[in-house]
Amino acid sequence: MLRLIGRRLLDAVPTVFFVLLLVFISLRILPGDPAEVALGDTATQDQLNTLREQLGLNAPLWQQFFTFVWDMLRLNFGKSLINGIPVNDLIAQNLPYTIELTLVATFIGVLVGVPMGVFAARNRGRLPDSAARLYSLVGYAIPDFYLGALLLIVFALNLQWFPINGGGDGFLDGLYHVILPAITLAALKSAFMGRLTRTALLDTLGKDYVRTARAKGASEARVIYRHGLRNALLPLTTGLGLSILSTLSGAVAVELVFNRPGIGSLLINSIAQRDYPVIQAGVVIFAFFVVVINLVIDLVYLAIDPRIRVK
Amino acid sequence: MSSDMAETATAAPTELPPPEGNAWRIVLRVLFGRPATIFATILVALFILIAIFAPVLAPYDPLQQSALDINQDPSSAHWLGTDQFGRDIISRLIYGSRNSMIFGLLSPTLSAIFGTALGVIAGYFGGWTDRVLSRVIDMLLAFPELLLAILIAAVLGGGFWNVVFVITVAFIPGFARVARAATLAVKEEPYVEAAIAVGVRTPVIILRHVVPNIFPSVLVLLTLWTASAIRLEASLSFLGLGTQPPNPSWGNIIRDGLNNLFGSPWPIVGAGVAITIAVLAFNLIGDAVRDELDPELAE
Repeated sequence: MLRLIGRRLLDAVPTVFFVLLLVFISLRILPGDPAEVALGDTATQDQLNTLREQLGLNAPLWQQFFTFVWDMLRLNFGKSLINGIPVNDLIAQNLPYTIELTLVATFIGVLVGVPMGVFAARNRGRLPDSAARLYSLVGYAIPDFYLGALLLIVFALNLQWFPINGGGDGFLDGLYHVILPAITLAALKSAFMGRLTRTALLDTLGKDYVRTARAKGASEARVIYRHGLRNALLPLTTGLGLSILSTLSGAVAVELVFNRPGIGSLLINSIAQRDYPVIQAGVVIFAFFVVVINLVIDLVYLAIDPRIRVK
Repeated sequence: MSSDMAETATAAPTELPPPEGNAWRIVLRVLFGRPATIFATILVALFILIAIFAPVLAPYDPLQQSALDINQDPSSAHWLGTDQFGRDIISRLIYGSRNSMIFGLLSPTLSAIFGTALGVIAGYFGGWTDRVLSRVIDMLLAFPELLLAILIAAVLGGGFWNVVFVITVAFIPGFARVARAATLAVKEEPYVEAAIAVGVRTPVIILRHVVPNIFPSVLVLLTLWTASAIRLEASLSFLGLGTQPPNPSWGNIIRDGLNNLFGSPWPIVGAGVAITIAVLAFNLIGDAVRDELDPELAE
């Protein structure tokens, strides 16, 4: 078990390296001289030289790369070119809002989606099943930023039940501010989880052990939850991991809609201002989340399915 | 988005049985087989016609600003009113459909070509080529398409060809994975072994025997992801990383609308409904294609 976990951790190392290499190539090499790009056409030679020195652009490329990797691994992202604030401070201010949004959205999405999927599977081919299918069809089709804008117009602007923007201070105020954005993201997630639960449950309900359970007279609830849903956990875990990742990327747009602080809005705003150190940090942090969440999915797999440990 | 992808990607495609009937019959059956898909087909046809005939259909120039006509409510002169620059909203929506259709159809097609090439190479040659390519594909697959697209666009910026590139790259790993799996299955077929045995050259085997036989799997993904591409373009444009203003795109119309919340809700509502219906219609057709060509993946 420990060896397996260790191997999965080691597997993540080349991925991290690969991602950092891509970020380095795309940010340092593709756009030409980052100092020129950042300062624009009006920069003087002196300004350019200062910034080059500051960004370490005068060193040979391979040396720049290793400095870059070393900086990223130590989470040393430098300072914003716009206002000189250390990038780490910017991240520390913004990251909790994105994590809060992702967690609340995931919670609502699972809370709505899984029971919906169970209900649809138990009533396969009947009205609840069709209703759930319609819900997920529409849920897949509505872009999250559009749904967010609608909720904003109706519940914040017109009914004034919720705040129009910001992230809120303290736990309760934060919760109050996160509800509309979270519902926005949860809509797609519940559609996805509902579909996935239905498919996975129907799949396991067709298995021999479920027939055996029924034959020996187990109650319907026991068949569904103990034998069906429990064995459907594996595909659901993968699905949940994937959907957390897509919620994280959806958060970028939703943070913008609700004018909410977060890593997504930090990234988008820094792109508009060509604030290279911040863009770089944002990209690396999102990539880091992708690697970590995939790793966690793998480890959860190991924990819930003994069969994988044997292989 | 990755939700669509997750559903298709979890099941590795096996070899597909050839559908019955000639090609035209299959197309007709897919497009008009069920009431829902008939509806979707009509909608898609409408969207494509609107995109083609935008200059004829749009009542106004979508870029024409007018200080006297800002934030008007819907009227007979402006069906959906005007925005904060006095531009006619329905004209902007009509022209915006061009971007959605172009990106929705062009980018996934390019992804299919490049992704299939990579997947076939990995699957057919195996060994180190396969190991390296698969590793890279797996790493990229770990990223949701939208995130991958945002991260690439963060570096490249907006503009037509950049957006084409970004969306294309975002979908390549998915195609490569499916093409690789399908190639592995086809490679074991007797007709491929026979071709190798009689000394047919490798490129000929790949083009004549492998590619045509994995084509259904690729086509299924292609139709399923057209909708995703439309939504991806809208998201990028909304974030300011896609189609650049003042050129209209459904995504940046919503962005403009958000900056003018107190002025008029109509740009947001109109563009949002357009995106939703377009994505829904393309999704329904994608589902129908999948059910026809790949019954194992169907629910």
